[in-house]
Amino acid sequence: MNAALHLAATLVLCVAAAGPLARARWVWRAPRTGILLWQMLGLSWALSAVGLLLALGLASYDAPVPVALARWADDAVRGEVTPAAVLVVLGLLSALDLAIGLLWTWCSVLRVRRRHRDVLALVARRDDAAPGAFVLDHPQVVAYCVPGARSAVVLSSGALTALTRDQVDAVLGHEHAHGRERHDLVLLPFSALCAVLPKVRLARSVARAVALLVEMRADESASLRHGAQPLAAALRRFGSTRPPEGALGAADVAVEARLDRLAGLPPLPAALRWSALVSGLVLVSTPVSFLIW
Amino acid sequence: MNGLGELERAAMDVLWDRGEPVAVRDVVRALADRDLAYTTVMTVLNRLAKKGFVRREAGEGRAWYYAPVASREQYVARLMLDALSLTGDRETALAHFAQSMTAPEAEALSQALDER
Repeated sequence: MNAALHLAATLVLCVAAAGPLARARWVWRAPRTGILLWQMLGLSWALSAVGLLLALGLASYDAPVPVALARWADDAVRGEVTPAAVLVVLGLLSALDLAIGLLWTWCSVLRVRRRHRDVLALVARRDDAAPGAFVLDHPQVVAYCVPGARSAVVLSSGALTALTRDQVDAVLGHEHAHGRERHDLVLLPFSALCAVLPKVRLARSVARAVALLVEMRADESASLRHGAQPLAAALRRFGSTRPPEGALGAADVAVEARLDRLAGLPPLPAALRWSALVSGLVLVSTPVSFLIW
Repeated sequence: MNGLGELERAAMDVLWDRGEPVAVRDVVRALADRDLAYTTVMTVLNRLAKKGFVRREAGEGRAWYYAPVASREQYVARLMLDALSLTGDRETALAHFAQSMTAPEAEALSQALDER
């Protein structure tokens, strides 16, 4: 029962911490630390949720989870099944569900990207005004990255007209940071989580928080090379093409937050960054120590 | 500059410019400055057909004729919709700089895509 208690406590801690962390502003001052913290929190949550079911179902074996699981499988093959087996099966199924969700999301993302790249190769052109990027002839102001082993950065001709040379460089720096640091792989498990738990609002707000941190990290990288001013100006230029009336959508809130950050949020002191990371490590070590023995 | 990707692009440009089904030999002729073999052009067109970008139809005699499935503008519109995550759950497929499209503009793009 010892393992189950620890895992239950970790699970409660993860769920309780997710809401405040999703609303926290201090992580904006250290986006990379924030992203790592979310990854550790997500991993702890998944491991302790699955582990709790297994530990409860295997409590009667009074052995570490991996050992007990092997014995349980032996017993099950011989037809000796207790009612607690329901919990074990549920635990294995939820692990499978998470794995399939991840795989499914990954495959659909790859399909969209392959198709996108194929079309891009036919209709995009190179332009001296945007070195290293593909240019699409369209009046809409658009910039994006198709991530992958060789990521492609794309700019619309509308963006080239709307932005100054400095701003174009800053935007390209932002998109190249996405590609270089494979931010798509950071976002993947959190999108998969939303797909596996479509009704859970917390999952969506977590995914949104991580997406914002990823944008902020790309902003950080771009502003180190090209300065915060051109990047902020470009962001405003993108924002200003939206309708002035009406409520702010999630995207606008995110843009406001990024502008706030670029306007001069001081970086988080190293001591705080490290204590956040150590807390995350402590959290993740609990389920790992019970499941991987 | 005669990589397969580059050739596909050039062949596609020929098809888009003509606006009617084109025979392989006409594509060879249009790309004469590249000095391509008939079979090379055939391969390129078949690859495009396999990817779903062109339609192949039987013409007069034993020749095959090729036509683009959609206009260049429609493909650009599709990319723009992809880029702005307006085509379903594609948030993680691409990373866009900032959402910059209004509802009517998105509507116009979707319509451009539907005109076939």
